[in-house]
Amino acid sequence: MAALSTMGVMALIILQVLSEGIPVFSPRFFLDSPRSMGREGGIFSTIIGTIALTVVAIVVATPLGVGTAIFLGEYTREGRISRVIRFGIGCLAGVPSIIFGLFGFVFFVIYLNMGWSILSGGLALAAMILPTIICTAEEALKAIPYSFREVSYSLGGTKWETVTRAILPNAIPGIFTGIILGVCRSIEETAVVILTAGSSLIIPTSLFAPVRTMSVHFYILAREGISMEMAYGTGAALILLVLFVNIVANWRLNRYIRKRA
Amino acid sequence: MSLRNKVSIKEFSFYYGSVPALKRINLEIRANEIFAIFGPARSGKTTLLKSLNRLTDLVYGARHTGTILLDEKDIYDPKLSLTQLRRRVGIVFDLPIALPMSIYENVAYGPRLNGITRKKQLDETVGKALRSGALWEEVKDRLHTSALRLSGGQQQRLCIARILALEPEVLLLDEPCSGLDPISTASIEETLTRLKKDYTIVLVPHNIQQASRVADRAGFFLNGELIEEGTAYQIFTGPKEKQTEDYVTGRFG
Repeated sequence: MAALSTMGVMALIILQVLSEGIPVFSPRFFLDSPRSMGREGGIFSTIIGTIALTVVAIVVATPLGVGTAIFLGEYTREGRISRVIRFGIGCLAGVPSIIFGLFGFVFFVIYLNMGWSILSGGLALAAMILPTIICTAEEALKAIPYSFREVSYSLGGTKWETVTRAILPNAIPGIFTGIILGVCRSIEETAVVILTAGSSLIIPTSLFAPVRTMSVHFYILAREGISMEMAYGTGAALILLVLFVNIVANWRLNRYIRKRA
Repeated sequence: MSLRNKVSIKEFSFYYGSVPALKRINLEIRANEIFAIFGPARSGKTTLLKSLNRLTDLVYGARHTGTILLDEKDIYDPKLSLTQLRRRVGIVFDLPIALPMSIYENVAYGPRLNGITRKKQLDETVGKALRSGALWEEVKDRLHTSALRLSGGQQQRLCIARILALEPEVLLLDEPCSGLDPISTASIEETLTRLKKDYTIVLVPHNIQQASRVADRAGFFLNGELIEEGTAYQIFTGPKEKQTEDYVTGRFG
């Protein structure tokens, strides 16, 4: 019953957005940049903005997150240091996204003088998705049987060789799941981005250019009553993008697992 | 069989926390013999085996007193390279643990860590190891399929081949046949007997029958103590100690 009603609510939301949004779709909707504040034209620049921010966030957060998970899982014993780090990660996970936005605005945009830009937004998003990536990566590492480590050591492997050759390749499906979660959260995030990446409708040409993402575009169109029609179109495109990322990720993951089994 | 001592264990005690697992063991293992360590569960057999290549170092809070010499050199010497020691003293565990990669990659794992990267040389090493592990004929046409698809017996021979690929000097085997059927067991025992001329083998046998089939000498362990050691024939037919006799004749265990 609970599962059914959850599914029902989800289906309702998706159906509603898609049914309002898909009629707006046309090749020009995806390939033109917005004109007159988004009332006309398409959403091309916001698609580019979304992808650019997400790429920066993932490129920064993945090595940091996986590195932290490896450190916690393989290089430290449970003790004060690991407890403090875990506590920090827990806190980070509980922080509302608007706070990450505020932090990004104060630290990256103003203090580090990066301005409203892809870089500021991407870094703020990276901070937001970091706990997700760390936790899933840590679980994935924990799921690797102890015996694999023992085998690797017994064959003369050092700690680093054991981690990179016997453990990581087997933990990749789990780690990848965390990264995809991070990708989806970055794509959908509004509060962080609006405070750190600006809301320019111009196609960005450098990491220091401001951008508007699809979710911010949707928010502004709806909030300021510019065009509900275009807002729904953007929303539908957003949902389809997330769906697309998930499907591709699943497909790649299954291929990876099948290849190794 | 030469009479040179390969491994000398001197006054060796081992503790997990405060619990002693081995108590003042003194034991010599000779080059090119099969030495069987047998005794009931929790008598310290596996701990002794893992101490011989310091896999026990992985256990948190474990400590030891006394020492172990390999070719007259202290294996606990801080200057000694741990990875080198483990390449010289290889271990096969009780359950076959194939890493989830291809048969070829499993065997090539150790040599690769050793810095062998040329494909031709790797191919040779892997082929040679699989032949001495008596697995080559069964897998030569599917070296690049997953090792997880092999049967239990094949996986255990793969584990033996994987160790042999490192060309160790001492081979430690912890109940290598515990999960295997009689035919696979026979095939592994045959392999061991053949390997003896190149390696020193320390075996925790799966049962007393196995010990008496393959071992040259044997030592009986009980509660972390070495009760008696001697030639396999003497231990299994005329043990000196009452406890050994009780165990060998099946009165307990």
